[in-house]
Amino acid sequence: MKKTYKIEVDCANCAAKMEEAAKKTEGVTNAVVNFMTLKMIVEFAEGADPKEVMPRVLKDCRKIEPDCEIYF
Amino acid sequence: MTRKQKKMLTRILIAAAMMLVLHFLPIDGVLGGWLRFALYLIPYFVIGYDILLKAWKGIKNRQPFDECFLMSVATVGAIVLGRVQSGDYAEGVAVMLFYQIGELFQSVAVGKSRRSISQLMDIRPDYANLETAEGETEKVDPDEVAVGSVIVVKPGEKIPIDGVVLSGHSALNTAALTGESLPRDVSEGDSVISGCINQSGVLRIRTEKEFGESTASKILDMVENASSLKSRSEAFITRFARIYTPAVCYSALALALLVPLVRMAFGLPADWMDGCMRALTFLVISCPCALVISIPLTFFAGIGGASKAGVLVKGSNYLEALASAGIVVFDKTGTMTEGVFEVAGVHHAALPEEKLLEYAALAESYSTHPIALSLQRAYGKAIDKSRVTSVEEIAGGGVTAVVDGHTVAAGNEKLMTRLGIPCDPCRSVGTVVHLALDGQYIGHVLIADRLKPNAEDAIAALRRRGVRKTVMLTGDSRKVADSVAAELHIDEVRSELLPADKVANVELLLKEKHGKEVLAFVGDGINDAPVLSRADVGIAMGALGSDAAIEAADVVLMDDDPLKIAKAIGIARKCTGIVRQNIGFALGIKALCLILGALGMANMGLAIFADVGVMVLAVLNAIRALNTQNA
Repeated sequence: MKKTYKIEVDCANCAAKMEEAAKKTEGVTNAVVNFMTLKMIVEFAEGADPKEVMPRVLKDCRKIEPDCEIYF
Repeated sequence: MTRKQKKMLTRILIAAAMMLVLHFLPIDGVLGGWLRFALYLIPYFVIGYDILLKAWKGIKNRQPFDECFLMSVATVGAIVLGRVQSGDYAEGVAVMLFYQIGELFQSVAVGKSRRSISQLMDIRPDYANLETAEGETEKVDPDEVAVGSVIVVKPGEKIPIDGVVLSGHSALNTAALTGESLPRDVSEGDSVISGCINQSGVLRIRTEKEFGESTASKILDMVENASSLKSRSEAFITRFARIYTPAVCYSALALALLVPLVRMAFGLPADWMDGCMRALTFLVISCPCALVISIPLTFFAGIGGASKAGVLVKGSNYLEALASAGIVVFDKTGTMTEGVFEVAGVHHAALPEEKLLEYAALAESYSTHPIALSLQRAYGKAIDKSRVTSVEEIAGGGVTAVVDGHTVAAGNEKLMTRLGIPCDPCRSVGTVVHLALDGQYIGHVLIADRLKPNAEDAIAALRRRGVRKTVMLTGDSRKVADSVAAELHIDEVRSELLPADKVANVELLLKEKHGKEVLAFVGDGINDAPVLSRADVGIAMGALGSDAAIEAADVVLMDDDPLKIAKAIGIARKCTGIVRQNIGFALGIKALCLILGALGMANMGLAIFADVGVMVLAVLNAIRALNTQNA
């Protein structure tokens, strides 16, 4: 399942780091961050619940980029 | 400016003011210089606390090598050096200050280009006027409008959902979708697509799709997701930054250690401070931000600019590929020609022409093939299908039927040969429908397709852009294909192909590519889908209304104008040109400054320029890709 989320992040490099962090989160098979449109497209693993996974994605992203935001 | 940017601006102003005051404060030598040190730390923390915090978090999460880390090490280093040696802290604080000014500028510039690009694609309708059962209208969210509802679009409003005009007539501005400034007239019964602006009259429209499935939504979705497909240059920069930042940090460390060691080896005083200073300058220069930000920005602006010109590109990778197009392969019908067949003449008629057309139209009355439709149009009168019985379609040949008790055969030469009826070949170019009545040849109808007005210019423009080879693939007869190719000056033509043969031919052509050349296929998208996906870049025509085209292709020409192929290549070239300029310029300046820094010939001022200045210039250069007027 694929879902798109609006995000807030300051620089392109940070966006790339968010992408890395989101990809490594459990329950996420793939993630793409589009800095230009400020969107994150997350592909969830089979059977994963986005409502449960997304807070962890945000937590992992905050670790590397403290002032980022994901709206879900 | 956003709230965040305003906060940053305030911090910059406060820190700058404090620096100015401190500069004139007579505090030299007070408390052994510690007072000066402590006072300078205030503006330093005001301006740089978030950077220091981020750097610390990076270290804690074992991802230390980023620009915050570089900045923190460089500024802390400069301040410590100041304490130990010169007593001058202004330099370290200034580095942080200028870094933040650069970041702010970049954030404003990116925000601005983001806005101007989204304005370009301002086709998202905000509301729909839904007609209620009582005949009144009600403003609702387009998402809530069910298929088959009636909506009212007033002059000046956007059509929110695809549908059919029930009543009213008006001129539609399709510029946002096609880049075409000429308005399109619509009246009762016409299909209209969302995203067009209604210019003159009130239209009542019955919706035929949901909002999410409508043209405007699909296009927006496509363009917004376009920059997610990353180009090779973008991937390169990401990989590059991953190696580059640690490499620079280690070189800086080596510089700090090696310079004094070399001096010691030559019997000079070690001068550890000088080594450290050089290493710090080195760190400031090295930030990779100019590249990391400007390259995706260029592609984003390029895709935005292209969509303004009526060319939708589905990803940065396709834009990049298009720039090196060397072979362009076309489909004929619908791409180079209008795809509208018209009866161009009736030849060798043994009966009056109208009678002949009537038999042809009746025999083909059960077919929806374009040829059959053009015969029915040419006949012009209502067709009484009860006159036609025992219709038999002969695949790849034509049709036989019984009309008013007479056996009519209508089809190509193959059909006539099969039926054993001698027929006269046609000397004119076009599709020929031979007719036989009760086994007797009664003449043939010539049906021809018109070339698009820009087709010839389009091929010439491609050649001017340096396309090495143009090829036309078509299912049409050799005679027609050769004549079209000769008229348009196309290099190579392969005719009488079945859809599967087209894929095979494209595969052969793919093998003929030189080096990094790219093969683009241009088709009308409906039956070309396999070829569109097989080619390096698939370009679809006939996007207005054709979902198949939007799905299968990588690039969509919104107004079916073949001249736009060259335009798209031009835009792509401009974009990749800017990317190359930025990579060359940023790396060149940085390399130069790094060498100067290593040799101890660059001060912090130059280092700041190499970092922030280069980034700002690269961002400004990237935004040029938005302007596609002369591309």
